[in-house]
Amino acid sequence: MLLIDCPYCGPREEIEFSYGGEAHIERPKQPDKLSDAEWADYLFMRNNPKGPLAERWCHSYGCRRWFNVERHTVTHEIQRVYKMGEPRGGEEGT
Amino acid sequence: MSDPSLRQTPLATLHLGDRKTSPAHDATVRLAEKIFIAKINLRADPSNRKLMRVFEKVLGFALPLESNTTNGKAVRSALWLGPDEWLITAPSSQEQALFKALSEAAEAHHLAITDVSDARTVFLLSGPNARDVLEKGCGLDLHPRAFQTGCCAQTRLARTGVLLHQTSDEPAYDIHVSWSFAAYLWIWLEDAAAEFNVTIVADDG
Repeated sequence: MLLIDCPYCGPREEIEFSYGGEAHIERPKQPDKLSDAEWADYLFMRNNPKGPLAERWCHSYGCRRWFNVERHTVTHEIQRVYKMGEPRGGEEGT
Repeated sequence: MSDPSLRQTPLATLHLGDRKTSPAHDATVRLAEKIFIAKINLRADPSNRKLMRVFEKVLGFALPLESNTTNGKAVRSALWLGPDEWLITAPSSQEQALFKALSEAAEAHHLAITDVSDARTVFLLSGPNARDVLEKGCGLDLHPRAFQTGCCAQTRLARTGVLLHQTSDEPAYDIHVSWSFAAYLWIWLEDAAAEFNVTIVADDG
């Protein structure tokens, strides 16, 4: 079981949270200008790195807020927890 | 808004009436259901100072801004639920007046006030062994170094979602639980407390 540090409530058991997939996937500003391939890429294609991954979590049993977690997919080590709207950190930049 | 004369208990099927006693001297865990508690959910922006002052004036105390904390005076309290969400508790007799007072005072602001009195019921778990009972089904650190009187937390107890609120150093806890999970949680609590000397006491409020 992971101990996830909710940015609002503090450290809680993983079972209190629900998983929301990869973070920082931005909805295209003009969806009707996209080709089918580009739209499919937005809808379905996700990174599957062996290493740090930015993902969304929701504290369902606590404050019910969404936030971002940077988790190492091999060791499960949580490297960073940050609020929605904050830029992704680490080596990938932006 | 519910008619107080129709208020029922979700524990009716457990027929606890005959088992309620005044607590024995050696009771180390006491269990009670507080059925007459009004609960009002508030969603508002804490950076709106004007609105926070309006609430302070109506309630008689400020909304707690620090996470997992509560604020209150006598029987009325405000529990922190999230960065922009609180639960106000008060005796049922004040439910309609308080709801009206809050709604009218904050009319000009962007917020949500919802009467959620009947969504959850409140159990009172108290006594020297109360914390041992909770620790059997709750992953939260309830040791006094981490969780004291005046702290609250929405978490899981025996696999069901609850709002825990420590109300005294004895310790005593208010456990807010969904109506439909109340009978289940009550049975679980009685079972978890069986090894201690548990007494069921009448509703004190």
